[in-house]
Amino acid sequence: MAAPLLELSGIDKRFGAAHANRAVDLRLDHGEILGLLGENGAGKTTLMNILFGLYAADAGTIRIAGQPVRIRHPADSLAHGIGMVHQHFHLVDRMTVLENLLIGQPGRRGRLDRAGALAKLASLGERYGLRLAPERLVETLTVGEQQRLEIMKALYRGARILILDEPTSVLTPSEADGLFRALRAMAAEGVGVIYISHKLAELRALVSRVVVLRQGRVVGDLALTEAVTDQQLARLMCGQDLAAPTRTARAPGPTLLELQGIGAAARGRHGVALDDISFSLAAGEILGIAGVSGNGQRELAQLIAGLVPPRRGRLLVAGQILRRPTPRQLRRLGVAVIPEDRLGEGLIAGAPLAESLALARFHEPPFSRHGVLRLAAMAEFAAAQIAAFDVRSASPGGRTGALSGGNLQKALLARELAFGPRLLIAAQPTRGLDVAAQAFVHSRLLELCRQGGAVLLISEDLDELSALSDRIAVMHGGRIVGILPVAEADRTRLGLMMAGQAAAA
Amino acid sequence: MAGRRAISALWDLLLQVGFFAAVLRVATPLLLATLGELLCERAGVLNLGIEGIMLLGAMTGFSVAYFTGELWLGILAALLVGALFGLLLGLLTVSLGLSQHVAGLGITMLCTGLSFYAYRLIFGQPGQPPHIEPFQTLPVPGLAELPWLGPVLFDQVPLVYLALLLVPLLAFLLYRTPWGLNLRAVGENPQAAASAGVAVFAMRYQALALGGALMGLAGAYLSLAQFNAFTFGVISGRGWVCIALVVLARWDPWRAAGAALLFGALDALQLRLQSSGAFGLPYPLFLMLPFLATILAMALLARSARAPAALLAPFRREER
Repeated sequence: MAAPLLELSGIDKRFGAAHANRAVDLRLDHGEILGLLGENGAGKTTLMNILFGLYAADAGTIRIAGQPVRIRHPADSLAHGIGMVHQHFHLVDRMTVLENLLIGQPGRRGRLDRAGALAKLASLGERYGLRLAPERLVETLTVGEQQRLEIMKALYRGARILILDEPTSVLTPSEADGLFRALRAMAAEGVGVIYISHKLAELRALVSRVVVLRQGRVVGDLALTEAVTDQQLARLMCGQDLAAPTRTARAPGPTLLELQGIGAAARGRHGVALDDISFSLAAGEILGIAGVSGNGQRELAQLIAGLVPPRRGRLLVAGQILRRPTPRQLRRLGVAVIPEDRLGEGLIAGAPLAESLALARFHEPPFSRHGVLRLAAMAEFAAAQIAAFDVRSASPGGRTGALSGGNLQKALLARELAFGPRLLIAAQPTRGLDVAAQAFVHSRLLELCRQGGAVLLISEDLDELSALSDRIAVMHGGRIVGILPVAEADRTRLGLMMAGQAAAA
Repeated sequence: MAGRRAISALWDLLLQVGFFAAVLRVATPLLLATLGELLCERAGVLNLGIEGIMLLGAMTGFSVAYFTGELWLGILAALLVGALFGLLLGLLTVSLGLSQHVAGLGITMLCTGLSFYAYRLIFGQPGQPPHIEPFQTLPVPGLAELPWLGPVLFDQVPLVYLALLLVPLLAFLLYRTPWGLNLRAVGENPQAAASAGVAVFAMRYQALALGGALMGLAGAYLSLAQFNAFTFGVISGRGWVCIALVVLARWDPWRAAGAALLFGALDALQLRLQSSGAFGLPYPLFLMLPFLATILAMALLARSARAPAALLAPFRREER
């Protein structure tokens, strides 16, 4: 048998005290699509960044087609035919598609080789169905198109090995299908693909073998056949069994939130205007909001959080009409908010965790008295929440921004649930979280409902919405296309509505 | 009818060929330094060392030219010393990732102190500042005889031609070559550039060295072509003006030329107004004119300007 396309052996990497990769071995064959599975912090991304030359391994060897190679810089990995599509895209927003392809490429007689690039671009379109207009600015592309451009960049540079880091977390179902088609076309031409994900369903659709990482170690390398159950994989990933969230039907209580024909102006460069939004949410209910990112979900959450005033319509919280609601007024009415941008709008990266956790209520007891902060009470509260929500590697005095995504989200959830809210606005509450952390968040949301609270769950993950929501509303272009009971909300129908087809409702 | 007479005097002034030739002379050092700053900022580094580097360039250029009698040696020395301090700023802001504001102002103070100190060491405290024989105009054969255009554009000192030629050259480098694309990518999104195989640090150092050299050259122009001497006030805020001109130019070399010429025209105008004593107004009012106009232009035009996205942001490898 010929040497495998790629062979990693004994890869080891430490970041200070954290041991991110421990003696990792991994093999990838020509034309193979390999799944790389693991929780957040299991070391998947670190391993791939080592392979891509963004980090230097402390120990271990990398072989490509049997030859040992040294990769110290992305330029080295690119020269060896390794391309990577990062979770956060590495694109220059204010340049065109073509310019992004040309960055770091040699020119022709000292000048940019635009003609050559255009020809190559056309051939990518023919071979893999990857097409983009060359003169479009990246900032005008949708997230799915930006990802396509990242893949095109890798292929443009002649990648034989392509790494994708959680590629579908930002895609609509149909965009994901397009991605899978392109990946299969590449594999058929002998390109090796490493596909990082913790969505088991899509791994089953795409890959034949998975490597599972836990705490930096390879804990499994197995053919992904039907004999392998989701439970087995989850146990490998987390080292424990996880219960799927169970929703119990409840008799709805009094209406806690009602929007009647709400409209709001677009704000900022990428803002979306809200138009004629009406729905109501009762105690004990979870209302899911589905939609492709950037269709007004963020604005809707901000409006109900009191950050954006409504222009038209009526907003009722717990039966009270609010004309120009303020965040403080809403909090007094029992509204809690988990914003989409955890560090931008939820917590303060540079502040100690104790301050981040007291943020919404620092002006009132127990956190302050007579206008003076009570630091001891803040620290005590933070310590209690850290313990109650199992926020790992955190201390009240530690910097908020040093926490990982999952722990940030736990901290945020702890703060918002601490004072017995009646209504929780949760925007993308599990985005980027691993299976265990997701399960934790889900159980808290369901618990709030059992206790008579209501949740507005804004998410791009249709599986999550279907598992938790009683009803699902779909947003498109700042409007609500339709609201379906969860029993009638199948993927195809939701997919059509997400594309703006009201008829599907 | 004093007003009408003053206005017609102003018209006469503006229509003189000499005025336009002066605009170009006054605008040249601004253009050179603005292009230098533009290069640094396009790579993502705000160079607040500009004022100091210009002063040091003026002092070094003058001293070398004074003792060797070779103006071009002075220019060479100014280029080198500018590049050197550009690299020093690189050490602080690129390699060490320090605050670009603090490091830049530090460079300006360091260069200012060094210039004064070195000048005192070399020349002592002369009653009359020493002079050099400045650059002479170099009429372009054939073109200098053109009516109006000739004396304005083609009968200038060589550094003016150089500054004007740098505009298309830099535009070509920035927009048409891989080097320029990589430089802009580094200033917009260094992470993206790095993962495309661009050496981010090396690009930033190159931009700072080149930019610093242009700032040094701009300073040397003032002492070797405009004032023929070095004085402590030779730069007097021109560097800071260039920071504003870069914004006004929206980080584009062609617009930079426009911005430098606009400021140069107002500066030349206020000089004439001062010396003509027109309107019977106190001269500091005229002195304000170009600066006031810059503020106004910024307020009107620069609102839509978008700086390179990674400006002021240090790039660190292996950041988690």
